[in-house]
Amino acid sequence: MKNRSWAFLAGGLLVALLLAGVVSNYASSHPDGLDSSLLKGCTVDADDTIVGGSCPAQQAKDHELGDSPLADYGVRGVENSFLSTGLSGVLGVLVTFAIGLGGFWLLRRRGTTPATGDDGTSAEGDAVTAGRGRTGTSD
Amino acid sequence: METLAMHISNGIINGPVAAIFAALALVALTYCVLRGRRDLDDRLAPMAGLVAAFIFAVQMLNFPIFTAGVSGHLLGGALAAMLVGPWVGALCVAVVLVVQALVFGDGGVAMLGLNITNMALLGTAAAYLLIALLLRVLPRTRAGLAVTAFVAATLSVVVASQGFVVEYWLGGTTDLGNNLAGLAGTMAGVHVLIGIGEGLITATTVLTVAKVRPDLVYALRSRRTPTTPAVPVSGGVR
Repeated sequence: MKNRSWAFLAGGLLVALLLAGVVSNYASSHPDGLDSSLLKGCTVDADDTIVGGSCPAQQAKDHELGDSPLADYGVRGVENSFLSTGLSGVLGVLVTFAIGLGGFWLLRRRGTTPATGDDGTSAEGDAVTAGRGRTGTSD
Repeated sequence: METLAMHISNGIINGPVAAIFAALALVALTYCVLRGRRDLDDRLAPMAGLVAAFIFAVQMLNFPIFTAGVSGHLLGGALAAMLVGPWVGALCVAVVLVVQALVFGDGGVAMLGLNITNMALLGTAAAYLLIALLLRVLPRTRAGLAVTAFVAATLSVVVASQGFVVEYWLGGTTDLGNNLAGLAGTMAGVHVLIGIGEGLITATTVLTVAKVRPDLVYALRSRRTPTTPAVPVSGGVR
């Protein structure tokens, strides 16, 4: 992988961390499309809690891991809700990135080069004739 | 009560139907792994990790839609299909859904197969079919790319929402009488609006990546190298 690719990855990750860590606090807390559809038939109060009627959402049961330390996008023990949401978002991005990166890295084809040259340079084309050569990768 | 994501909660669909969809999702994801490996090289693998992390982040950002009191958020299937292709893309969304269910208590663990079927499989598949079609007929400009991303993303959300309606028809825990069509209509209506948000986010993100690193946009690959062999070589040596 070339330096430019690492820069792109780092930049993308930074954007994701900012979105999950800061912007997430400004997200709408109203029920989403699925939940609101399942609430049809019920009446809800200002906090979107069911106060009457009958609807599919009433069948909802507790989550198996509802007492997980990060349940409902908060960090248990962190009182400040801004911090709690942001921290859980940052952890979520890092966990997802780690699992995705690790998993896809293990699954990847080895011994072949990308169909199109990295960064548009022709240097990697040599690896096609070299067979199993992996070029420009660190670890 | 805070509601955070468009994922099916426990108790909404009965156990047997949820189990059948879990098995179905497992088979489909295994196939995605087998096909996705052909795409996954040293360059795409880290990009796929980034796409998964980015989708996780943006899924936290519920945006209001025009209907009062209702929100929506990105599903990510179209974005993933544009950036890393349909097979790896479906796997990216599935990774996000698994992390959300196991770590964040979002979407029942027993419901994971249903959620994966709708958002990772149906959403990504619908998006990719549209992407393949639109990139062929639209002009090869930034506008064409933006329209492709927008339309594919918008419609993929509606398709995913109808996946839920089918699941509810098979195993919904509340008897809707003859009103399944009502649920289908409500879901479609609200998800068209959410889809517009999905389309705007997807088009913006894809255009940004295409500007900075066009070589990292999977959907643009065939344009750059029109001589790419149509038949994949099974041995791995080209």
